[in-house]
Order: sequence, then structure tokens, then C-alpha cells
Amino acid sequence: MSRLAATFERLDKAGKTALIPYITAGDPQPAATVDFMHKLVAAGADVIELGVPFSDPMADGPVIQLACERALAHGMSLTKVLEQVGEFRQQNNQTPVVLMGYANPLEVMGYKPFAEQASKAGVDGMLVVDLPPEEAEDVLPHFLKNGIDPIFLLAPTSSEQRIKMICECASGYVYYVSLKGVTGAASLNVQQVKEKLQQIRQHTRLPIGVGFGVRDPETASQLGKVADAVVVGSAIVARIAEHADNIELGGNKIAELIANMRTAMDSVDWPVKTA
Amino acid sequence: MSQASKKNIDYFSYPDESGHFGPYGGRFVAETLMGPVQELTKAYMHLRHDAGFRAEFDRDLAHYVGRPSPLYFAERLTLAAGGAKIYLKREDLNHTGAHKVNNTIGQALLAKHMGKKRVIAETGAGQHGVATATVAARLGMECVVYMGEEDIHRQAPNVYRMKLLGAELVSVKSGSRTLKDAMNEAMRDWVTNVDSTFYIIGTVAGPHPYPTLVRDFQSIIGRETREQILSLEGRLPDALVACVGGGSNAIGLFYPFLNEPNVALYGVEAAGEGMATGRHAAPLAAGKSGVLHGNRTYLMEDDNGQIIETHSISAGLDYPGVGPEHAWLKDSGRAKYVNVTDRQALGAFHQLTRLEGIIPALESAHALAFVPELAASMQSEQIIVVNLSGRGDKDINTVADLEGITL
Repeated sequence: MSRLAATFERLDKAGKTALIPYITAGDPQPAATVDFMHKLVAAGADVIELGVPFSDPMADGPVIQLACERALAHGMSLTKVLEQVGEFRQQNNQTPVVLMGYANPLEVMGYKPFAEQASKAGVDGMLVVDLPPEEAEDVLPHFLKNGIDPIFLLAPTSSEQRIKMICECASGYVYYVSLKGVTGAASLNVQQVKEKLQQIRQHTRLPIGVGFGVRDPETASQLGKVADAVVVGSAIVARIAEHADNIELGGNKIAELIANMRTAMDSVDWPVKTA
Repeated sequence: MSQASKKNIDYFSYPDESGHFGPYGGRFVAETLMGPVQELTKAYMHLRHDAGFRAEFDRDLAHYVGRPSPLYFAERLTLAAGGAKIYLKREDLNHTGAHKVNNTIGQALLAKHMGKKRVIAETGAGQHGVATATVAARLGMECVVYMGEEDIHRQAPNVYRMKLLGAELVSVKSGSRTLKDAMNEAMRDWVTNVDSTFYIIGTVAGPHPYPTLVRDFQSIIGRETREQILSLEGRLPDALVACVGGGSNAIGLFYPFLNEPNVALYGVEAAGEGMATGRHAAPLAAGKSGVLHGNRTYLMEDDNGQIIETHSISAGLDYPGVGPEHAWLKDSGRAKYVNVTDRQALGAFHQLTRLEGIIPALESAHALAFVPELAASMQSEQIIVVNLSGRGDKDINTVADLEGITL
């Protein structure tokens, strides 16, 4: 069983919702990343989403754009991200790591070499923001052959037909983008999310993660009632940016946020998630 | 690719249904935009065959833009080059001063038919921004234009024009602060305001159907050229020349001639400070295939797939990508892509101004810079048509600065 499937099964049995923090690899500097990952796990993260820095992150808001710029200024690359995952795996062989990024660094490395090297490094899933299933036909076999779950996005604008098609291509989990906008945007509407998740659940038994606009423990706990996983990105990255000159403190601040979200999510009643 | 297989390509059959020109093009956008680009495709594929829509477009081109634009025989330029006859397709005489308005008229009509009340655009040199602000003013639509901070400085007259026209101008401070970053920011706006907003992309790039619809709207340039040269010379030209940034003026001129194997096609990219310096904007010459801004195409990128900064004296050519159809025309061998430096473009800017009394845009000056060399290699009865895609009034500050002149 894959690390992702095992993680969601364990959480399901315990009646808990997965908490998935996102950090950009190499932000604010490459030496911080693996330490941040361990701290997030210790604070209650179930899966780590590791952002692959890209020069033109079109789906991201200003917080993650700047994180990409800081990481790239330190010479980060897809190869170095894979090295960091390998280093993380030396001490942690249970927590799934999902990479999130844009197509071009993978295009240049080649999808086949990427999938092989990612698998070797211990990557569990890959979310390519600008690679919808329609363009991924030649890519998915490489991912699947190497045990990399293709994580796909669903959005408020996704039609019934697209939800069905995407769920058929996805594995690991599906990622519902809670709002029309970029990462770190204003605020999400939990009721609207709940209705869309009911629609999505008619097409898949995969766990559903929800992200974009999750800022605080309260939102995380409300979402936790309706989703199988809560993804938190910009709120974490903003704290890393705030303490960019003090990595120790930055690491503690993001661990604190995740611990508070964990507590808030675990204190709600047994979530009723079925449609 | 062999000559035989080249002849078998029907260039009018591209792109395929999902927007691919061979391996290029496609739809590489986040899921939130997939529904909207499919909706746009549906609306456009219906309207492109709708007689009412086409009549409305043609009427606006005739009475608002001032088409057809003249095809002008540049006699003194021809004499100076000493070879083939040189004709200029005068897109500089269009309302707003460049070919860009052909496309914004078409897309704004599409927006109107789709019930969108707000339009957004990215701009580099400001020509597309001005052309978008112009049609938005005329149709009473809200208009927001994204422009790199760097470009705002070098294109001050166009910045003021857009403001006069009532557009909100957003200065983009991320990345290299030029056209590519303006496009990133426009896409972020679009994904956020997708219900109310139509994104008017200025070139033949972006997710399908943009490369196709922009090409179709700009193809009026080539269709007129064909009729005009047949009436003036009784035959088709031997060569067509146009500058290529994203490539909309070039594809507009080339497209109606793609299936005419005897018409040679030359796209001219910006070699900036010289190809050897790496400071240029010529992805077809020196780039590799990759994915950016919704399509697969040739890109200026490093070994890790990060997009690198480009350089050109011309803000309109300062872009690390190129339309996917050009990538395909390069690979198939149908079009040839060459490049000229800032210095050569500047020389051509002065040459046309002094020989013909026409001040060309610095973008168009790139096409002009390649022409004397090409003309001299041809016979005097042969014909070259150059797309004079825009006028140079917007560039006089840049040129004066470079030459140490204070206005």
C-alpha cells in the first residue's frame, strides 16, 4: 500500500482529518527545508506538500510568488528538491510527500526521468498545477509505473463531466480548490465547499483535500468537518517570510500554527463526510 | 522533414480540435480556467461562422479601424537595397497606430456576445493595452491593463493614452517586471474574476483557443495583402517578412499564404545585444520547447526549466516565448526565422524614416532591418512584402535617449 493510501486509511479509522501543510522548497534558503518538514510532522502534519519553485507561478498569489523568488535566488531546482526529499526520507519513511509545481521544470527534465528519480527519492505524489488530464496522457503512465500518485485539482468552475473525467485519472487524493482565485486569496465559503464536495463524492471514493484560502485554525476546523484533508499554504509561507532572517524562529512559528490547527481540527465531533 | 512530406501538409487544418499545432499549443492552465477556456472555445467556434458576427467585425474594421490598410510600394527603399521590389503593408495607419486593434476589436465583440462587462489585458510596448482600452471605451466596458513596471518607464506616451481612455493601469512589480510578468498577473486576475471578465490576450499565445482566434482576427492583414498585390502586380509575392515577438502580426500576414509553397516566409526575432551575449529575445533561434502561459512552445529558459529574462530594445518583442503556430512552422520548415540586433533595428528605424518619410515602430524596424539583405539576394522583378506592424511615435523617447538627445 502506498504511503498516501496508508495515511488516509489510518486517519479514517481514527476519525481524523488529514492536515497538509505546504512549504516552498528552498525558502527562505535550502538549508531550512528538511528541518521545516520534520518540524511540521512533529506538530501534527499528516502529509507534506513541497512546492517546486518556478519563475512564473501563475496560479499563486503574492506570498508564494515571493517564496519562489527567494528559493530561486538560492539556486533551487527540481533536482535539488528531489535531493531534499531524499534527505527527509533518511529520518522519516512514513509521512507522504507530495510535490506541487508547474509543468515546465518537469518538461525540461523529462517526465520519465522525473518519475524515476522522484520515486527513488521517496516522493509519493505530484500535483502539476498547469497540467490538466487532457495534456497528461503521455505523462501519467510514467507516474503510475513509478508509484507516483497523480494529484489533480478540481475547482468551483469544474463541470460534472470534468469532475467525472478527472476523478477517473486521479489517485492518492483529489485537491479541491475552494475558491475562484490564486493561492492565499481572501476567504472561502465553507457551505459552498460542502455542496461541491457532495457532488464530487458521487464520482470518487478517493479522499478529498481542500485548499486555497485556509488562514487560521478556525477555518481549518470548519473545513475539517466536510473534507478529508485540509491544505494550508500561504498562511505558513507568510510566517516563513516574516522570519526569513531567523530560520530557527521561523520553524517554530510554522510548527505552532500547524499544532494549533491540529488541535482545532481534532476537537470537533466525528466528521460526517459521506454524501 | 523532406520536401515531399512538407508539400503534403495542409496548414489550414491546424490546430487540431484540442488546440495542438503538432507538439505545440494545447491548454496548460490550472483547473479553474479549464471550464472558462472551453466555454470560450465553444462561443468562438460558433461565432466565427456566424454571418452577423462577421459582418459586425468587418464593419468595425472598415469604419473604425480604417481598413483596408494600404499596400505601399517603397520605391526609395527598394532602390537603396538594390534587388527585389519592397512593399510595405501599412498597419501603422490603423486607428491606434498598430495591427493590435484588429484583434482587440474581434475579442471585444466576442466578450460582448458572451455577456462579459469587464475586459483585462497584458501589454508590453503598450500598443495592445491602448488597443484594448480603445475598444473598451467604445463599448462602455470596464478595462484593466497589466503592464510591467519596467515597460511603464520606457513607454510613457502609451501609458498616458491608456489612462485618457479610462483604463485602470496596474504596474506589475513581480519577476522581471516586463511583458511575461504582466501576463502572469493578468491570468491571476482572470482566475479570480472569471465570471465577469474576458481576458483579451494580445498575441497568438495562451491556452487554446487564443492562438487560433487571434490568428483569425489578424489574418485580415494577409487576406488584404493577397488581394492588393494581385491587383497591383498580378501575382503573389515571393517573400513575406514580419517581426516576431509573440508573433501576431507575422501570423496575420503569413496565414493566408501558408499553403502557397512559392511564397517564402521570414519571421524576424530580436537578437538584442547579440545572440552570442545571451541578452536577446529569440526563443525560436536559441530556445527549447517548454510550457508557459497555457501553451507548449519554444521558450527562453535555463537548464532547470526556469524562464530567463529577455532583452530587446523593443518592449513589444521582449518576451521569452512565441506563439505555438510559429514553433510548428519552424519545425515543419514552412517559415524561416532569422534575427536582428538592437543596433540593426535602430539603423532600419532611421533608414525608413529618412528614405520614405515613415517612422516605424521599433518592433517593425526589426522586420525592416532584415529586408535589404534579403532584397539584394533576389531579382529585381521579385516582390517582398514587409509588415509595417506599427508606427514609431511611441518610441521616439527611447531612440532619443539611446542617442543621447534630450527632448
